[in-house]
Amino acid sequence: MAENNSEEEEKYKAQTIEAVGKWKSKRGSLIMALHEIQGVFGYIPWASARTVADEMGVPLARIYEVLTFYNYFKIEKPGKNIISVCDGTACHLKGSQSVLKAYQDELGIGAGETTPDGLFHLQIVRCLGCCGLSPVSVVNGKTYSRVTPGDVKNIIAEWRAKETENNAESK
Amino acid sequence: MAEIELTPEQIAKLKAATKAQRENLEKLARETKENAEKYACTVFCCNSTSCRSAGGESVLDAFQSAVATNELQDKVRVVKTGCMGLCSAGPLVRVEIKGQKPVMYKKIDAMTARLIVVEHIEKALNEGEAFKLSPTLAEHTLSLDMTFFRKQEKVVLRDMGSYDPESIEQYVSHGGYGAFKKVLDTMTPEEVVAEILKSGLRGRGGAGFPTGKKWEFSLKEDVGEGGEKFFICNGDEGDPGAYMDSCTLEGDPHAVLEGMLIGAYATRSTTGWFYIRAEYPLAVKRIENAIRQAKKFGLLGKNILGSDFNFNVELRLGAGAFVCGEETALMASLEGKRGSPRPRPPYPVKSGLFGKSSCINNVETLANVPKIIEKGGDWFASMGTEKSKGTKVFALTGHIKNGGLVEVPMGTPIREIVEDIGGGTDSGKALKAVQTGGPSGGLIPKDMLDLKVCYDALREVGSIMGSGGMIVLDESDSIVDVATFYLGFTVDESCGKCAPCRIGGYQMLRLLKKVAARKGTKQDIEKIKQIAHTMQKASLCGLGQTAPNPILSSLKFFMNEYEERLLPATKTTSTTTKEQ
Repeated sequence: MAENNSEEEEKYKAQTIEAVGKWKSKRGSLIMALHEIQGVFGYIPWASARTVADEMGVPLARIYEVLTFYNYFKIEKPGKNIISVCDGTACHLKGSQSVLKAYQDELGIGAGETTPDGLFHLQIVRCLGCCGLSPVSVVNGKTYSRVTPGDVKNIIAEWRAKETENNAESK
Repeated sequence: MAEIELTPEQIAKLKAATKAQRENLEKLARETKENAEKYACTVFCCNSTSCRSAGGESVLDAFQSAVATNELQDKVRVVKTGCMGLCSAGPLVRVEIKGQKPVMYKKIDAMTARLIVVEHIEKALNEGEAFKLSPTLAEHTLSLDMTFFRKQEKVVLRDMGSYDPESIEQYVSHGGYGAFKKVLDTMTPEEVVAEILKSGLRGRGGAGFPTGKKWEFSLKEDVGEGGEKFFICNGDEGDPGAYMDSCTLEGDPHAVLEGMLIGAYATRSTTGWFYIRAEYPLAVKRIENAIRQAKKFGLLGKNILGSDFNFNVELRLGAGAFVCGEETALMASLEGKRGSPRPRPPYPVKSGLFGKSSCINNVETLANVPKIIEKGGDWFASMGTEKSKGTKVFALTGHIKNGGLVEVPMGTPIREIVEDIGGGTDSGKALKAVQTGGPSGGLIPKDMLDLKVCYDALREVGSIMGSGGMIVLDESDSIVDVATFYLGFTVDESCGKCAPCRIGGYQMLRLLKKVAARKGTKQDIEKIKQIAHTMQKASLCGLGQTAPNPILSSLKFFMNEYEERLLPATKTTSTTTKEQ
């Protein structure tokens, strides 16, 4: 186990140290360092958190506390394509719950989960600041406005097609 | 952190350098203005998060490339701007041709953009005043005389939509940093505080504490030679359904920074901190850019603009916690810790961030400051009501026809906002209620729409001004569901530190869900009320103290909707009681 741990740590070490480097000397910047790491890996690998503890001199328990307190940080590797369904008040009133249900049915997973093939991650977010276009979903940064449950199938199909395209290209 | 002492010669040199930077900036601004005047036509494309999400980026590209392909570069300038207000009709574009009436376009896509260049701009430039829009294009226009625009009074949103938020030169060419310069050159910190006190400006984050008083307390804190004092901008707009602050940061970042500079000068603060939600990447990017540009032109750093004032700014991101909008939780988060609030006193002005004296202001509050300095406290105080001065920006959303950002003088009746400006419901169904203050606010039923928006009137009816979310509910919306939604949100976001909020919220939500599922009784409602009052009185911070507001106000005004869902047995009892 111990060996595995250090092997794991090595995998993320160089990139983690680089990400932390920018913030290490600034006071109170643990959250910023974690943002930086999530920006690199898409989540905060536990092995990387251990390196942060060493590098910044912060107890691992405190890092865990911060990671689990804030919604923004992910401690598990998310799926490749991230679907964010807005459930802010405006979107909620305009039917975001039924849109969310459509995603859940289409993908067979719940909110906060990743499909078994690792392709999609479904998450609920609270207000993206475009309430005039509600209900809103965002896939990998692309915004879909005034989404109906009927649109969901097409949105997923669009990203599945992109996936197949990419695979074909890489082959 | 010991700093190297500078010799008087070095300081003089620094001052000369920052003074040169200042002159350089003014020269650039003059050039920008002169340059802008050369163009016969300017196309303003809204580039806020909302319009970008609706396709605004491709519209901007389309205009730029169409102007180039039609060889109009010498006559037409394309400018990306901050929010133009009517977000539900985005992407918005405004075409201004010299000597002609400006035309506002709605729901533009790339194809229509190219059509506008050929069918409107090119022709209008050739034909002059005789030009008339074709019916196809006219369909895409919004009348600038419509009540949505006409009934507003813009202070904070004044310059948004008329300059590129990523260009300090354009901001300065619109008079930007003029207020800060006035303060540096002609006013003492005490005079600035007095001006803000005179304006009657109150905190726009929701609580409504007088900004001038806050600054006065901070100014009185003597941190000694070499001591640190902080000035913090709260950009953690967590109310789901409100986005005024994100739009202000995106659309007018330099104005917020200028407000901070003025506040820092007035309170003799040494370092500024922006705390912005990570969920607002564009706002973060634009503030980052504004800070970089301000540094470049000697507006930040040592001996700013040739004066003795030193000030630097740091930017930190939130990480998705509603409670961090509360000032003590925000400071804990700035320190890199979990965002737990702590009891006050000590107030932040005595012991704040890293134990140092700190003054915290909301984004919109700071955006008001340069305008107050520019036009005077009396001017600002001439708008609004006796106790709530100036204007307020609202994010008007929900079942409303004209959804977007609106700014009105304090004291404007809610009816005017939702009916005249908002155009009524979008569904054609009757309006049921208006919600203000988000998860900390309450519901205002339709028969109370003549209520005037100001801190005190809203509090009297069990709601709050909040940061400016205004959500319109129509007949199809269930009040019980809305109340459950808000409570579900605050329960999720409770930090768990104090028992009234952690346990009270959870139990109240359990009972509320039971009622919503038509399994509740009259006793459950009584218990909800009891818990609500306990939470209001005993919670540690604003989150817990205000979390019951949506429930209590809905129980007060819409008891019938709860009663409809109570178990039949209890329903009969209540009818028999009535009959007796």
